[in-house]
Amino acid sequence: MTDAVENQEKQEKRVSKKHLPRTPMREQEAMERVQNYEEVPFGYSEAEAIAEAERCIICKNPKCVTACPVNIDIPSFIREVRDGNFEAAARILKDTNSLPAVCGRVCPQEDQCEKVCIEGIKHDPVAVGNLERFVADWEREHDKISIPEIPPPTGYKIAIVGSGPAGLTVAGDMAKQGHDVTVFEALHRPAGVLIYGIPEFRLPKLIVNAEVDYIRKLGAKFVMNTVVGVSITLDELFAEGYHAVFIGTGAGLPKFMNIPGENLVGVYSANEYLTRANLMGAMRFPEYDTPMRPSQHTVVVGGGNTAMDSARTALRLQKCRVSLVYRRSLQELPARVEEVHHAEAEGIEMHLLNNPVAILGNEQQEVTGIRCLRMELGEPDASGRRRPVEIKGSEFELECDTVIMAIGNDPNPVFTRATPGLKVSKWGTIIADEETGATSRPGVYAGGDIVSGAATVINAMGAGRKAANAMDTYVRSLAI
Amino acid sequence: MPQHVIHSRRILAEKVHEFWVEAPLIARKRKAGQFVIVRMNDRGERIPLTIASGDAERGLIRLIVQEAGKSTIEMGRLQVGDFFLDIAGPLGRPTHIETWGNLIAVAGGVGAAPLLPIVEAARAAGNRVHAIIGARSENLMILAEEYARHCHEVRLCSDDGSVGIKGLVTDCLRQWVSEGVQFNQSLIIGPVIMMRETAKVAKELGIPGQVSLNPIMIDGTGMCGACRVSVNGKTKFACVDGPEFDAWGVNFDELILRNRAYLRQEKIALDTMMDHECKIGLATGVAQ
Repeated sequence: MTDAVENQEKQEKRVSKKHLPRTPMREQEAMERVQNYEEVPFGYSEAEAIAEAERCIICKNPKCVTACPVNIDIPSFIREVRDGNFEAAARILKDTNSLPAVCGRVCPQEDQCEKVCIEGIKHDPVAVGNLERFVADWEREHDKISIPEIPPPTGYKIAIVGSGPAGLTVAGDMAKQGHDVTVFEALHRPAGVLIYGIPEFRLPKLIVNAEVDYIRKLGAKFVMNTVVGVSITLDELFAEGYHAVFIGTGAGLPKFMNIPGENLVGVYSANEYLTRANLMGAMRFPEYDTPMRPSQHTVVVGGGNTAMDSARTALRLQKCRVSLVYRRSLQELPARVEEVHHAEAEGIEMHLLNNPVAILGNEQQEVTGIRCLRMELGEPDASGRRRPVEIKGSEFELECDTVIMAIGNDPNPVFTRATPGLKVSKWGTIIADEETGATSRPGVYAGGDIVSGAATVINAMGAGRKAANAMDTYVRSLAI
Repeated sequence: MPQHVIHSRRILAEKVHEFWVEAPLIARKRKAGQFVIVRMNDRGERIPLTIASGDAERGLIRLIVQEAGKSTIEMGRLQVGDFFLDIAGPLGRPTHIETWGNLIAVAGGVGAAPLLPIVEAARAAGNRVHAIIGARSENLMILAEEYARHCHEVRLCSDDGSVGIKGLVTDCLRQWVSEGVQFNQSLIIGPVIMMRETAKVAKELGIPGQVSLNPIMIDGTGMCGACRVSVNGKTKFACVDGPEFDAWGVNFDELILRNRAYLRQEKIALDTMMDHECKIGLATGVAQ
């Protein structure tokens, strides 16, 4: 105990000596970037990365590691960056995280590793996310991606259902153990939300493809267009000789508000909007076949990262006025601060403390506007956030031709409905052990949004990591 | 390695193409009423197509495509040995089949394709199946002979009288009922307007039933919600809750307007393709 205190004091001294400001990341100017789909932040140069790494005091008992859902050895990789050993840094990252280029971009570090950073108590926390991104990009751009030595084949067959962040993590971890891994994906391209949901300007598809390629090189096979549950059932997977199955089918059933006008032409779920733009290439229509309706004013309902992604996609795709309607205030916006800043800088109008009550349409059933009520904040609710309360008689209308509902997703029912005998909660999520991902059926594990309900990429990866460990122990207990 | 090679193809009617395509998993699994999502090439749309039938032993499924826009026109040009890049399925809930007794199946145009496997399944479940096959004219009528094989009685009708009774399927249905035949259940598939009108008449005649809806879809697994339809005042996703719904409860007018959402863009896509092909044609002409 005293040691820890002493240790901390020593570290504090070092901090005050160094006292360097956080190295900012350069990015595309707002007015320029809305004209293209390219990534907004440029990433660190080698010099910037080293400068930022030098700010880390390499704690003996690093809190950042425990705050990371996949427990990356953060001080060790940062030490290598500080010393200019970028390749060694990449090896350390890849030890615990098969998708560092993705995590460096989309993890909410401010709520995880960076939140508990000692340096952050008095100054700014070390930019762990930026450094992670730098190392992963450096490795890829310098062709230094190396495949770790894989142990000889164990003979155990693992099936993974869904190729999103949870499934990819399990695939990587299991392949590294020498198991025979097959990933089944319902869509025509792998990576789930990383490919259909998160837009190019936040997560370039080149990077997603490179991460999937890495998992492939570890030995995992990918089978597309296969809807497990209907194309092939869980029982059939076991009959085909799979020893364990991981279910990571995600939260893919968009919610609507159940207000009048939601089925008008011009109302999209965020999933549909983003899928058209990202997966189907609507931004390059008519070169690609999937279209999007043109818009003069698009209103996005919601306040999470998906709402920000939808609004910023609309801005680029439609070159139109884009507004965001959210029923609480700026403080309660669930989106990452960084994304809110990006959205505001790009000119997205924020209509906070507004709640939609109806979507309005014309004779052709096309959207012409959205009717909202103004809200004020009352007492905190179950989530600890102050509950928005309607202001009586405050109705007003916003003219628009497109409405995107970005208010969350329910668990996708296709697999669970087709798979009797798997325990499911009243919300439709699969019931699984928090530490191991074990479901009610032996040999069947689950993780990610299908268990937790809609959450983050890194939480899904964390669940995948735990399940992979448990699955490894499980299959090794079986006789082949 | 293309997985979905076309084994055989033929033209069933003007602009209506039949393909037998390799898809072993789906051929084994598909049940009456289910559909697949098809993508032709890496720039293609994801299009839902009902599975008209399948051959589990040979690993083939039968798809029937009517030319309507760019993608389906392109599909119509595919030859034996060509392939579809992606086929996912079988999707949607299978048809709910009971032993109803006297059943009336009503097909409009290319709707005869998705209705056929349902008729087969209903027959196998011990129903007495009657069918009305309607088309604008004889050259657009498909599968009438196959219906004749699977049904107790089939009546044909056409708008111009070139085949069967001159009139609409609704006229045909009224006529049949007026002859004293009692139908306990109806299965109605065809263009949305035809389904709306037939459902209306069926309701009038007190015949409950099912329709199979064809809204715009992207993933087909519940993820995008593009296929929202209103049934008995509630929003349903056709891909995971359907595609079949209570004929009396569907808001067909909403579906008609939703299906028109991209008419302008579809025209742009088609014009761009035609324009492009025109230029290629001219260039070749010059070279020759």
